[in-house]
Amino acid sequence: MNLFEQQASNRRKSRWLLVGFVLFFAWLGFGGDYIAWELTRADTTAAPGTAVATSPSGPAGYRHTLPWFGIMLTLVAVGTVTYIRRTGASKVLWSTGARELDIARTDSERQLVNVVEEMAIAAGVPRPKIYIIDDADPNAFVTGTEPLKSHLAVTTGLIDMLDRDELQGVIGHEMGHVKNLDMQLMTLVAGLAGAIALMADGTGRLLRSGARVGGGRKLGGGSKKGGNPLILVILVVWLLSWLLAPLITRMLSMAISRKREYLADAMGAQFTRNPMSLASALEKIERAGAPTRAIKGGVAHLCIADPLERRVSEREGKLADLFATHPPMALRVSRLKAMAYRTMKAEGNFTPV
Amino acid sequence: MMILFLIVVAAIVAWFISAYNGLVALRNQTWNALKQIDVQLKRRHDLIPNLVQAVQGAMDFEKDTLSAVINARNTAVKAAAGMDPSHVAATAAAEAQLSGALGRLLAVVEAYPDLKATANVGQLQEELTSTENKVGFARQLYNDTATTYNTKQQQFPTNLVTGFAKATPAELWEIEDVAERAVPKVEFRRNA
Repeated sequence: MNLFEQQASNRRKSRWLLVGFVLFFAWLGFGGDYIAWELTRADTTAAPGTAVATSPSGPAGYRHTLPWFGIMLTLVAVGTVTYIRRTGASKVLWSTGARELDIARTDSERQLVNVVEEMAIAAGVPRPKIYIIDDADPNAFVTGTEPLKSHLAVTTGLIDMLDRDELQGVIGHEMGHVKNLDMQLMTLVAGLAGAIALMADGTGRLLRSGARVGGGRKLGGGSKKGGNPLILVILVVWLLSWLLAPLITRMLSMAISRKREYLADAMGAQFTRNPMSLASALEKIERAGAPTRAIKGGVAHLCIADPLERRVSEREGKLADLFATHPPMALRVSRLKAMAYRTMKAEGNFTPV
Repeated sequence: MMILFLIVVAAIVAWFISAYNGLVALRNQTWNALKQIDVQLKRRHDLIPNLVQAVQGAMDFEKDTLSAVINARNTAVKAAAGMDPSHVAATAAAEAQLSGALGRLLAVVEAYPDLKATANVGQLQEELTSTENKVGFARQLYNDTATTYNTKQQQFPTNLVTGFAKATPAELWEIEDVAERAVPKVEFRRNA
């Protein structure tokens, strides 16, 4: 897959992600309206006298023709998408406690700024804004919701541990994510997953408190009637959608990033013309081992190395494809070394180690 | 029959427009890539007097190395003016000379630990290393873009549009000077 195909595919996926998000919420909203509508109709036809007598609001007052729940949720989803597109990057940075590096003061900060500028030139993308995260574990990520307008964050551990060439390799990898538009898609996924997690927490709390007040009565009415089987199926799927949404978005964010890391490694090596520097940087990052505490799960798939140091990241296979955000470090390093040996061989100064 | 003819004409016109626009976009990218080199060259030209000033007091016995750098810089400044994608060879040659002279100077500086220890020289070294790298990476980008542009101009059927789009081959920025390749590799590492 070449750069342009990758860019086109990322653009397409970003668009579908946003459309899919809105459609999903429309389904939750209008689906709920439809179910409520059907259930209340069952009440009016089957229990004409008793229901009206016992319940003060009554089925007639209960029944709504305007699907206000669907309209509301769809509007919320559209609002969320707009909000994430506008502020997604700053929210991601905020969640990691990154501070912007506006003026480089120390030698190592100046070197970082220089290396970033070099790699931006090599990639032919605008210079990213640079942020620093105070964390001793080496890690780095880029984020941004607009193509090519990027924010690069590195931990203090990364700056301290790597030498100039290795730093260049890591930044080159990140510029690869920027150039092939991975960054945009991955930031959107992080934002939407965060929004869904928030909403799931909120509705969970709402449902629990709702169950105390009036849920029992509603459920009783439904089961008493039995209703038509289609409604039951829709009801089950609808409930499952509510419950599984957070899990689905988490899996999406994992599936989305594994193959991209290999590609970004290759692009980083292409920009620096030095695969070995990235390989040795990755080895150092791997050896550092300690989890990056400043970076939480929701942002993990943006990073150069899994900040949570999960075991599953060290395996290949179906399970890892589902649950790991990063490919095994050993495989990435060996691919980069193979690249380096091929170049050395081509240039004629190959000496087996 | 008439409709078929119109469809064919429309298809040809559509192809012509997209090929023409593709070439124009590539030409602009090539120009832009060259501008990137230009920006970095200017920066390098501005940094050199500072470096020379910082080191000359301590190393008046290395007069030749210093004057070589100054001369090469002045030639390069002249060559960099009015550069365009069809004539980059002269600028490239002048810059290669400058790189060579600068490399020798930095190698000499490396031999004087006292000099290196002054904060100012250390900072200038990092700035110069970075600028050298930026020139290199900008050149890499320019050559890649120019090659794509040239290939598009020559490939069939885009070559039929080349004349209309006023596309001319872009010259690659080559390192011709053997002296530059032979420059001793100067390693700058931050003291951890």
